[in-house]
Amino acid sequence: MRRYLLHIIIILVGLIYLGRLFYLQIYDTSYTNLSRNNAVKTVFEYPQRGNIFDRNGKLLVSNQPSYDVMVIPRELKPFDTLEFCSLLGITKEKLKKQLKRARNYSTRLQYVVVPQLSKEEYAFLQEKMHKYEGFYIQKRSLRSYKTKCAANVLGFITEVNNRILRKDDYYHSGDLIGKQGVEEQYEKELRGSKGVRYYQKDRFNREIGPYREGKLDTLAVKGKDIKLSIDIELQEYGEELMIGKRGGIIALEPKTGEVLALVTAPSYAPELLVGRKRSANFTKMHYDSINNPMYDRGLLAEYPPGSPFKTLNALIALQEGVINTKQRFSCSNGYYYGVRGRKMGCHPHASPLSLEYATAVSCNSYFAQTYRKIVEKEATPQDGIDNWRRHLRSFGLGGFLGYDLPIGRPGKIPTSKYYDAIYPSKRWKGITTLSNAIGQGEVLCTPIQLANMTAAIANRGYFYTPHVVKGIDNEYNKNPRYTQRKQTTIDSIHFEPVINGMRKVFTQGTAAFLQIPGIPICGKTGTAENFTKIDGKRTQLTDHSIFIAFAPKDDPQIALAVFVENGYWGARYAGRIASLMIEKYIRRSITATHLENWVLNHSLEEEYAKPLSGLPFTINN
Amino acid sequence: MSKSSIGAIDWLSILFFLFLLAFGWVNIYSTTYNPDTPAFFDLAQYSGKQFLWIGASLALIIVIISTDTRFFERFSSIIYLASLLLLVGLFPFGKTISGATSWYSIGSFTLQPSEFAKIGTALALSKYISDIQTDLKNLKSLGYIALIIAIPALLILAQPDAGSAMIFAAFLFPLHREGLTGYILFILFTIASLFILTLLFGVNWVVGSLFILGIIIYYFLKKQRGILLFLLGGFAAMSAYCYSVDFVFHNVFKQHHRDRFNIVLGKTKDTRGIGYNTNQSEIAIGNGRWFGKGWTEGSQTQGNFVPEQHTDYIFSAAGEEWGFIGSLAFIIAFLGLCLRVLHLAERQKSQFSRVYGYGVVSILFFHFLINIGMVIGLLPTVGIPLPFLSYGGSSLWAFTILLFVFLKMDADRNKR
Repeated sequence: MRRYLLHIIIILVGLIYLGRLFYLQIYDTSYTNLSRNNAVKTVFEYPQRGNIFDRNGKLLVSNQPSYDVMVIPRELKPFDTLEFCSLLGITKEKLKKQLKRARNYSTRLQYVVVPQLSKEEYAFLQEKMHKYEGFYIQKRSLRSYKTKCAANVLGFITEVNNRILRKDDYYHSGDLIGKQGVEEQYEKELRGSKGVRYYQKDRFNREIGPYREGKLDTLAVKGKDIKLSIDIELQEYGEELMIGKRGGIIALEPKTGEVLALVTAPSYAPELLVGRKRSANFTKMHYDSINNPMYDRGLLAEYPPGSPFKTLNALIALQEGVINTKQRFSCSNGYYYGVRGRKMGCHPHASPLSLEYATAVSCNSYFAQTYRKIVEKEATPQDGIDNWRRHLRSFGLGGFLGYDLPIGRPGKIPTSKYYDAIYPSKRWKGITTLSNAIGQGEVLCTPIQLANMTAAIANRGYFYTPHVVKGIDNEYNKNPRYTQRKQTTIDSIHFEPVINGMRKVFTQGTAAFLQIPGIPICGKTGTAENFTKIDGKRTQLTDHSIFIAFAPKDDPQIALAVFVENGYWGARYAGRIASLMIEKYIRRSITATHLENWVLNHSLEEEYAKPLSGLPFTINN
Repeated sequence: MSKSSIGAIDWLSILFFLFLLAFGWVNIYSTTYNPDTPAFFDLAQYSGKQFLWIGASLALIIVIISTDTRFFERFSSIIYLASLLLLVGLFPFGKTISGATSWYSIGSFTLQPSEFAKIGTALALSKYISDIQTDLKNLKSLGYIALIIAIPALLILAQPDAGSAMIFAAFLFPLHREGLTGYILFILFTIASLFILTLLFGVNWVVGSLFILGIIIYYFLKKQRGILLFLLGGFAAMSAYCYSVDFVFHNVFKQHHRDRFNIVLGKTKDTRGIGYNTNQSEIAIGNGRWFGKGWTEGSQTQGNFVPEQHTDYIFSAAGEEWGFIGSLAFIIAFLGLCLRVLHLAERQKSQFSRVYGYGVVSILFFHFLINIGMVIGLLPTVGIPLPFLSYGGSSLWAFTILLFVFLKMDADRNKR
């Protein structure tokens, strides 16, 4: 035993130390990262963010340089404070305060003295910079906007937040990231990828040369340019028309699903969210709960679709074979139904009437009967509703559309389960849900869904998922999601009578005064009742003005949906705007100046002030 | 005479020795590497100087091998006395570097006699134990032995250099091998454990646990005669010891002593002050992973984050740049040398060279134990060099002489 004690101890200690080494070197990986933070300085090289163009190649968003004045306190030499302050446009006290802060932060590391100088300030300063040792100028990149419109489509860039920092290790504190719109959706394409340089630091945190001779360094890759499908002239025109109104205009190219204009009102100029004023402007808009300029009504607002929805009910009924185009229904200023003689009101027009004319005059009674026939075709109302819903889902209603912007709402098309839950005894029938016939009741959709539905009608039975990006870096957007044709459940032969009806809306129906000579427009007006709560009381407000349209009739170039909140009847605001947008897009100029003047000179601000005034008010006048 | 020794010398030990020298130099080069002036043999740099020391130690080896083996045994007392004299001489003539008067300064060179005192002590101890009249069961003999070890240790402690003084505890191993009763080792072990436990858990908990332990032992062994008295005596002695440890720790130790203990015991987490060294050293080693960052590529090492990395913390550079595999090779070489020398010691015919061989292994191993333990954060910070690897002429020469005197004895073991 005496002979072996030392042997045993030596071997034991060897094993224990090897175990500890294994723990430090292999098992516990945190030491590797610690070393990274400790001895290696990582410097990122930020690439230029990609530019954004409109569909005609017009530059919308590019980059502008911004200059920060930095200081390394250790390297400061005595300098002419007065001259320096006047160059920077700051007071001597401010400079002193900044230098003190810089020293408190670190005497060896750089610190921002004055952020984001303008180009002019920078030009003056640069010539004299050699006089101020210890100061230097760091260039950064900010967004520069060539348009005052389309903020909702473009989005903005902002400093990355902690939630994303934790999730995605590409980003580091202080990096910029796209928020909302295309900037968010196409962040990966636009940002490019940043380059990395590693520097070896010593224990005083000074750089002493490249780390591993720069073997691990990477070059920055410039961001890709993006070509939007947006027609910026049309977009700007739409935003101009919407001044003083709330709502949205969505214009699509039916043949491709490309979004031509995506207007929400009220909106804001994108340049408000750039530079030194960014934070103040953002806060102001974020807390403006009355105008809500950052709320995209075109994508997020779910409205009852109103009468435009009748076109779909007509199509479903034709497909299901429960009506034919010759069949006439009568209307006696409304439709009486149910045992207690309830009535769905209508307005005066000729009766009885067939599909095309019923569409033109938007007869409630006709479509109530059509809807009943659809739902009552099946053995139970449950099956009827679900079959009806199946057709509507194929038009992109009642679910997310899948377009390439980061926000959206699904809208609502009720299921049989939904009604079973409301009426637990299950004793509901087709007529219980009759409001759905005219796009009221339980049906909700967003303006972009409505526009997409219009495009599907214009195409006679199919659509492409709407998208705002036409191409990336000179290549067409090849994402199969946007190049695959989505077929609806309705056969193309059934569209002609409905489209003829929509044409009659313009020739002899509710929108006769909106014709644009030379452009055969098909459309449908809509007027939707709506309610709000004032002091806890459900109060009806002036109806929403709704309009869907496409043109020209036989070779559709544009399909659109217009929503104007509390604009009263459909043709009044939305209809006028729709006609103007169509002419603007197809002719690039406006002949219907009477319509344009009317829209530009009318504002709904008074209407929007009513529910906030606290005074009693009247509606629909 | 000398020619025959070369043939009989243990080449395996020399292989380990040369590997350690080379590995040490490579790492010293890296810790002071400057990519702008990558000179291999620049005498202005540590690596260049170390090259010189290595050359000188090779010369020393030739001198040792040419020396008659009997010289070391005959002159052991003289060598011991000379090394004591050198230690005493420090007090009037020594140079003070960072608070310790441990060096003679000759021109730009400095010499650290405490390193050489280990050789003298090992020789004197071997000589005394191998004396026919010495009996390790005899209190008087034990007293002399204690004096031989304690005089240089106390002189070094007075410099003050507690780390180097601590090394003299290594001589317990040859003493145990030669028949020192196990009780002494047991008692020393108990003292050390109680010390650590008291600091870790607080004096009252330890004394309480001892009391309960005593009751349990009494319950099982109550039939034994005199057990109660024995247990009571033991308990009284131990609790007195624990309370005095507590008292010394809190009232006699300086704050920086307490800090060192607390960091190793994990009672305080400190990565800025005193714990900085250990923390940076652990980061460097952890950074090595399996195969290391590569020579002169370790970010911690090149950034000079680990203080004293070319001397006491040299192993952290090895760990970072050569990884687990490199560390494994080093440990195998170092402990392989220890075990090899231990094996050689056991085959000695004379008791003198056996005891000396044991002394060599114990000293080398103790340095390894304390130095590596400190660098990998298992033991408190104690400034002693890692034999053959750390930068420094005195320590390199002292360890070379220590080792080769024994290898010379081993080569000549059949001659006498």
